Amino acid sequence: MSVGVKHGVEPAVDRPEAGEAEPRGRPAGAAPPVIALDRIGKSFPGVRALDGVSFDVRAGEVHALLGENGAGKSTLIKIVSGVYRPDEGTLAVDGRTVRFDDPQEAQRAGIATIYQELLLFPDLSVAENIFMGHPPRGRWKGIDWRAMRQEARSLLASLAIHDLDVEATVGSLSVGNRQRVEIAKALSQNARVLIMDEPTAALTEHDVERLFSIVRMLRERGVAIVYISHRLEEVFLLADRVTVLRDGGYVATKPVSETSHDDLISMMVGRRIDAMFPKLPARLGEPVLEVRDLRRPPATNGISLQVRAGEIVGLAGLVGSGRSELAHAIFGITPADSGEIRINGKSTVIRSPGKAKALGIAYVPEDRGQQGLVRPMSLAQNVSMAVLHRLFKGPFINRREETALAERSVDQFSIRTSGVDQIVAKLSGGNQQKVVLGKWLAATPKLLIMDEPTRGIDVGAKSEIHRLMSELAQQGIAILMISSELPEIMGMSDRILVMREGRVAAAFDRADASQEAIATAMMAGAPVDAPAVDSAPRAAGATL
Amino acid sequence: MTAATETAGTGVLPGLRRVLATQEAVLLLALVVLVVVVGTINPRFVAERNVQSVLLGNAYIAVAAIGMSMVIISGNIDISVGSLIGVLATLSGSLAVNGVPIIICWLVPLVVGSLVTGFMGVLVAYLRIPAIVVSLGMLSILKGGLISVTGGDWITDLPDGYHLAQLRPLGMPMPIYFMVILTIAAAIWMRYSTTGRSIYAVGGNAEAARLSGISRERTIVKVFLIHGVFVGIASVLFATQLSVIQSTVPPGLELTIITASVVGGVSILGGVGTVIGSTFAAVLLAAIGSALIFVNLSPFWLRAVQGILILITVLADILRRRSQARRR
Repeated sequence: MSVGVKHGVEPAVDRPEAGEAEPRGRPAGAAPPVIALDRIGKSFPGVRALDGVSFDVRAGEVHALLGENGAGKSTLIKIVSGVYRPDEGTLAVDGRTVRFDDPQEAQRAGIATIYQELLLFPDLSVAENIFMGHPPRGRWKGIDWRAMRQEARSLLASLAIHDLDVEATVGSLSVGNRQRVEIAKALSQNARVLIMDEPTAALTEHDVERLFSIVRMLRERGVAIVYISHRLEEVFLLADRVTVLRDGGYVATKPVSETSHDDLISMMVGRRIDAMFPKLPARLGEPVLEVRDLRRPPATNGISLQVRAGEIVGLAGLVGSGRSELAHAIFGITPADSGEIRINGKSTVIRSPGKAKALGIAYVPEDRGQQGLVRPMSLAQNVSMAVLHRLFKGPFINRREETALAERSVDQFSIRTSGVDQIVAKLSGGNQQKVVLGKWLAATPKLLIMDEPTRGIDVGAKSEIHRLMSELAQQGIAILMISSELPEIMGMSDRILVMREGRVAAAFDRADASQEAIATAMMAGAPVDAPAVDSAPRAAGATL
Repeated sequence: MTAATETAGTGVLPGLRRVLATQEAVLLLALVVLVVVVGTINPRFVAERNVQSVLLGNAYIAVAAIGMSMVIISGNIDISVGSLIGVLATLSGSLAVNGVPIIICWLVPLVVGSLVTGFMGVLVAYLRIPAIVVSLGMLSILKGGLISVTGGDWITDLPDGYHLAQLRPLGMPMPIYFMVILTIAAAIWMRYSTTGRSIYAVGGNAEAARLSGISRERTIVKVFLIHGVFVGIASVLFATQLSVIQSTVPPGLELTIITASVVGGVSILGGVGTVIGSTFAAVLLAAIGSALIFVNLSPFWLRAVQGILILITVLADILRRRSQARRR
């Protein structure tokens, strides 16, 4: 455990020194795990996020955590790092049950988390970032800048990083370098457990190599590493054990040497389509949307697709595969650089959401709070927002028509509300989603793009939304649905397109799609013919 | 929040309670209490003469606060408004003493005012410079420019018929007509017009508004243009209420106007508020200022009282938002 530069912030538990006695490589399992979770449960309003999940990680081990989007990985690491408190079950550090009331307590116990969106201060230097919150002090308690720079340098050197100027501002660094700063920051706090949430999602191949060598180096020093990734090959390259979660439940923990690619995929996807609303058959008409070779690097790299009237096309893919960005390009939020979009056979250029709306496109965004609703406004005012120009009576809005419109939405979607003048901030998540739907259906679109239409809403509201989608398709609306839930994709789609790295990697008809095939296409292989992205690709901000 | 308590809002009594819980009702109540209490201590406070002079001297603040409220509801702010009123008043008076037709002298401030604020709106909307920075710059330009050009000289010998604010149709001072009519017109416009609705939408959630096809940029430029018209009217009322124009900026005027908006229930975070509330608040602030004199307190206490009212209002707004967020 010779990792940290200084000691003294160790937790007050008498920790067996087994970690150091252990030979390099895999531990024999004699020592208690550094972190052990036992039958952890956690619920959020309307969602059971974790249910009876057990998980442990030992010193000198890389333990991979696998699962689809929404399987509960994020909730799990937030419990370990003190962000959430579990409803049930226990959390033990070095064999002793602990309770973290806040992330600082977890940090003091030696647990550091590196999130996907790095939490650094872009305008401060590398050294300042590393020692944020615990800078070396000189006489009179002032910050000892020289010592800070020196310690930062030696810390980086201990990770075999010699090409990083500790006085450079973090904002000027590439994503890979920023991540190294985060790792150094974790070690400066004497982290014994390092949790990495999809660390390679935004890295170039070269940076991935360097990250791997740092991770291996840390493992040999006895750091316990929790490694979350969607890239299965990384699990086989790096991890000692792997735990799979599915729908908030625990599936299995296995040594990596005793499992296989196919084994992991089938553990991740399982089978559970029964509870879905059955999709009604719809008559397919002419193509409403045709996209040809649409490009806006780095997230959209030459996409072609077609959606016909009455058809539901499901867009599957991992977080960061470019699905939301494609929707944004079609809807004119971030217009494409090149490529063609045809609406009803007519070639068009869409440079703003207003233009997209005029062409009969509606977009139900993934992030309702940020993009879908004006929370201080009433339900009626939100529903009418996209059709204000139609509600004119002289210079003024026709309030009676507006109220009627809102009442129709409330009826059609069975929105639970005290009335159409209810402030939407007071509605539940599922009802808010229905208001967003109501807003866009009021615009009578020909093409409806739905981004994660049922995320974060309860089962009942979910199947209602599925029923609505099905009916809309029957009425001849073309629907492009982005979803991270394979059962939803398989249950609702006439055709399924799988996106990976900004392009369509595979396409399936409803009849010959299987969860395994889709999941394999989503995760397959190393960065296939990765496009020449600049050295600092930004983490996909739009997708969670 | 259970469905039962939510739906209970339709009855007569709870409905009344909801009306009473609005900022407008609270302000009106505060005004009534103030008048009763101070009027009991010193009956001259409620004499018609005093009431008229309080309203007359402060109506221009209420008018300016209408435009300011719209700007703040759209998620922006204009701290140059006091300087702009000073500049426009001086401009109007200078034209008048130079023999320009009086109707022109009254209209030029409206046009110039909306050009100045419209320019600020363009900077805010298209260059995405925060409104507080844009208007801070404008404040310095206007204030400095005004003093440099006029040298602080007073404008006197204004022509007959120029003093719009001194007219008294049907025995009531003109500024009160302006205050009441403009408040009602603006309130209707904000509630029922598409632009009014867009202002609330952009201030409440600019991203959601944009995705609904409402142009953030155009809405902000529009709101600043309209704000300029109100500033122009306010400056004419200000210029014509006395027989001289001081060609300086009344100190702290922008703060008084912003205070009226905020105390009137306009959320400094945007998206919430009414112009009726801001007018009530402007009247309340004026009444407090006058009341301090009638109960023999130093008028300098007015600033302190204003400050306390701002803090109370903002606190109430934050608490309201919190409780909404929790209910979700």
